[in-house]
Amino acid sequence: MSDSHAVAAANAGHIAGQIGEHSDGHEDHPAYLRHHFVSLEQQNETASFGMWLFLLTEIMFFGGLFTAYLIYRNWYYPAFVAGSHTLNIFEGSLNTLVLISSSFTMAMGVWCAETKRQKGLVWSLIATLILGLGFLGIKADEYHEKYVLHHIPGSTFSSQGFIHPSEEALKSGEKPLAADMAAKTEVYFSLYFAMTGMHALHMIIGIVLLCGMLWKATRGAYMDGNISFVENFGLYWHFVDIVWIFLFPLLYLISRHQ
Amino acid sequence: MSTIVSLPDQATARVPKRNYLTNENGILSWLLTGDHKRIAILYLISITFFFFIGGALAGLIRLELLTPQSDLMSSDTYNKVFTMHGVIMVFLFLVPSVPATLGNFLIPIMIGAKDLAFPKINLLSWYLYLVGGGMALGAMITGGVDTGWTFTTPMSTHFSNTNVVTTGLAIFVAGFSSIFTGLNFIVTIHRMRAPGMTWFKLPLFCWSHYAASILMVLGTPVLAITLVLVVLERTIGIGVFDPTKGGDPILFQHLFWFYSHPAVYIMILPGMGVISEVISTFSRKRVFGYTAVAFSSVAIAVFGFFVWAHHMFIMGVSNYAVLVFSLLTMLVAVPSAIKIFNWAFTLYKGSITFETPMLYAFGFMGLFTIGGMTGVFLGSAGTDIHLTETYFIVAHFHFVMVGGMLMAFLSGVHFWWPKMTGRMYPEKISQLAAVVTFIGFNLTFFPQFLLGMLGMPRRYAAYPPEFQVLNVFSTAGASVLGVGYLLPMIYLIWSLKYGKVAGNNPWQATGLEWQIQSPPLTENFTTIPIVTQDVYDYEWLERQKEHEVTHVG
Repeated sequence: MSDSHAVAAANAGHIAGQIGEHSDGHEDHPAYLRHHFVSLEQQNETASFGMWLFLLTEIMFFGGLFTAYLIYRNWYYPAFVAGSHTLNIFEGSLNTLVLISSSFTMAMGVWCAETKRQKGLVWSLIATLILGLGFLGIKADEYHEKYVLHHIPGSTFSSQGFIHPSEEALKSGEKPLAADMAAKTEVYFSLYFAMTGMHALHMIIGIVLLCGMLWKATRGAYMDGNISFVENFGLYWHFVDIVWIFLFPLLYLISRHQ
Repeated sequence: MSTIVSLPDQATARVPKRNYLTNENGILSWLLTGDHKRIAILYLISITFFFFIGGALAGLIRLELLTPQSDLMSSDTYNKVFTMHGVIMVFLFLVPSVPATLGNFLIPIMIGAKDLAFPKINLLSWYLYLVGGGMALGAMITGGVDTGWTFTTPMSTHFSNTNVVTTGLAIFVAGFSSIFTGLNFIVTIHRMRAPGMTWFKLPLFCWSHYAASILMVLGTPVLAITLVLVVLERTIGIGVFDPTKGGDPILFQHLFWFYSHPAVYIMILPGMGVISEVISTFSRKRVFGYTAVAFSSVAIAVFGFFVWAHHMFIMGVSNYAVLVFSLLTMLVAVPSAIKIFNWAFTLYKGSITFETPMLYAFGFMGLFTIGGMTGVFLGSAGTDIHLTETYFIVAHFHFVMVGGMLMAFLSGVHFWWPKMTGRMYPEKISQLAAVVTFIGFNLTFFPQFLLGMLGMPRRYAAYPPEFQVLNVFSTAGASVLGVGYLLPMIYLIWSLKYGKVAGNNPWQATGLEWQIQSPPLTENFTTIPIVTQDVYDYEWLERQKEHEVTHVG
């Protein structure tokens, strides 16, 4: 108290309004309450509000890509249908399953942190990590497939496969595209790589953060009730999951039977 | 001339020994600080640095345009110079100018908080700004970029051989610094207000920053993804904007202006917040129509998102789109006019004094009004076709950005200088600087309206000889303007050591920031204030003073 009196004396100014009950009571609060917050509740609410706002900026970030997708899909509908048919529906579905599972394990992690189960938290995070890496692995295999088919936009891109579909594709009902429309599949694949690439980048950032969190969790962090990092990371992870939940139908599914 | 300045007795007064500047020492205590006031100072130094680089480039442009031939530099160099002038001034000066410096310093204090909600993210935003600024400088030194600050495709993706990728990434990074600043402000204003500080007791400075922050948070990510696509198009060759592959360059324009039109409100709204505070203080009156002014900021932010295509009237958008966007553009004039009229009514029957911040504020009101109204010319589809891509548009946005925003910035810097440093700037010379700036500004940019009306296109190093007289006026004005900007730089630094001691509240202003010591303590308030008074409550301030006197007695 004597220290804060000295502070008050040093402050030559007078404080606006009535001076409230001196109730900062540092002793009552845990060490992780930052100095500029009044209460733990305020600190947690602030962190979570900030995270939601950040996710809003992320929606706008992906929004630009979704807008481009919407416009070009309307313009180059046959090319988008044909491009979509070449995607690997099995791997795409598997990845959706993997990602939803990882969201589940992440939610379990948050619950374990809330109920102060350290082992549970560590294992949930490990499971999330493995599933996240699994997603990226499967995605990499899909990208490789595109590379083999010359479907990566740029100098190596070839739309020959759409002008002259293989016997197999013709049998399954695929129709050859005119050369000018076939060329537009490059726009489809540009968007495919931009969208899934940005999504994968978010996964990678998430995995880096996840590793840091896991390392801390193994050393006993988050067991003192200070779990706002776990909660907010959970929000981020679910958000990245939800982006995929929109990407998967737009890129793989809605043109499936056309 | 009467004055409201009341300084403590200079013989005995001293700047308080313990304050946020002296609390910790050493370079690391600055580089690793979480204190919003120190970060504001770091920002202030950095943006001043970039302002003078951008200003030097502007000087080169005006020097080249002194004569009709392109003699000082080649056309290619000229393209690079005006591009870098635009990039630096827009992204590295105007966007962070008021929010990252004054906003950073003042918002927590004005709402009665000890700091912004996320001090570390605040510091991170400064480092991102530095990285972005460094990359932009690097790009400039290693060959520059010549696309114009708008990065128009397919020029930027196919035909330019300059450092588009580096500059684009620089803006991407600097953009995140702006997102983090905006995010911090919104969360802080929502969650960190002192007891009793309701939304309608917030100073209008906070309201306009809140509105600008909404734009930063929602607009900037769209610019980010657009620049990513441009970079991918240049490096890998994806075809989103490339017409030869089926992409549409107009889509780039839509995405770019979806950010860059709101961005002009990101730049101007915080300035409007400064003007509200200054006008109220120097006319000793509550801002007339407080609620209307507060909501007009939000209205500008909301309407600002639905007018972007007025930048594209001549770029092949449909006539129906032109009609709609033209109409929506007119709508933005309404909340801007609400502000101007309410400031005018605040002045009406106020006890007006003419200290430097007020002089700059008057400059703002006049020049912003001209800038805004010429914006209506450009928003009207018919006249736009004649005037766009001419010097008329250059004059229009410089009236808003330099005549408006820079005046507001200087007004704010002078107004809060005693709070930030504890010392007054020299009044007489700063009044002179304000007048010089005003004259220099008008001499520089008013002739450009005429040049534009006569049809002189922008972005060319050479022009027909009949335009020379007006261009000479403009260049002469630019040198006066340069003096007007150098003066504050010199006397403000001088005042750090030799300025008069300011005391807590030299202006007799009502904001919470004026009720604490100058410079403030690191923790701002020794105890969190409980706000009972109304906003801009000068009677309350008078009562406080009487109260103080009885105490002394």
